[in-house]
Amino acid sequence: MTLLMNVLHELSGLFFDDGWLAPAILGVALLAAAVAASAPGLPLAAGGVLLFGCLGVLFGNVVAKARR
Amino acid sequence: MIAWTTAAPAVSAAFLGSLVEAVEALTIVLAVATVRGWRPAGLGALAGLGSLALIVLVLGPFLDRVPLDVLQLVIGVLLLLFGMRWLSKAILRAAGIIPLHDEAFAFAAGTAELRSHEARLAWLAGLASFKAVLLEGLEVAFIVIAVGAGRGLLVPASLGALAACALVAAAGFVVRRPLARVPENTLKFAVGVMLSAFGVFWTGEGLGVPWPGEDLAIVGFAALFLVAALAAVAVVRRPAAEALP
Repeated sequence: MTLLMNVLHELSGLFFDDGWLAPAILGVALLAAAVAASAPGLPLAAGGVLLFGCLGVLFGNVVAKARR
Repeated sequence: MIAWTTAAPAVSAAFLGSLVEAVEALTIVLAVATVRGWRPAGLGALAGLGSLALIVLVLGPFLDRVPLDVLQLVIGVLLLLFGMRWLSKAILRAAGIIPLHDEAFAFAAGTAELRSHEARLAWLAGLASFKAVLLEGLEVAFIVIAVGAGRGLLVPASLGALAACALVAAAGFVVRRPLARVPENTLKFAVGVMLSAFGVFWTGEGLGVPWPGEDLAIVGFAALFLVAALAAVAVVRRPAAEALP
């Protein structure tokens, strides 16, 4: 049970240790999934959202932390 | 007895396909090993191999029905979470926003919090290694099934795949020492870039995105993450005097 709690704690740490970085990444992935589902004729659009969304999140996260 | 001329295409196709997947797995395992040590990377890789062996043994007859896209999506997102977090910290260190060896410094202070932090990093490093070996191993299994099943060539295809994995493992053994001489934050920077690139690739694959160049797209993603990370360092960099703790 303790091991399981530790594993759950580690997993939650993975998501919430770094402010809004993880929720933003999940948001980008969800947005890409929505684009993939709504525009099946343009599969690369979802890829573009995913790639450039992640790059934007990374850049924004670093700049925000540097200003803190 | 299978004729060599019949088996050769299956062997070579499985060898080449598996070579790519094994290199991808090795890249992550080596990177994790160099940054976090061989213990978490090795244990993660062994756990991945063990899980893979178990999956193949138990689900072997049904392996071609496992939804690989779901697996790719889940593992891709996890790699993005892990890799981008790592890259973000490496950028901040390179820019002088946070001290270069902050974890080691805190460890010297002997805080219990740091011990749990170190343990978590090792655990996560092992997890990254585990995921890479498991996912790429499953892809190797799919390649073997794709080229060997239905034509009675599963054994030759498996031998081709095993040869590729052995070759890549030997190459990894050779390059592990030169990698250890690279500065720690440079490695973390590189690992963050690579994991993020793999994360985008696998997440996209899981969503059905037909990446141009297929697996080669990972190189392009890594280049883009590297450029973005270097640009971020340049934008937020502090003068050296300010960066000192």
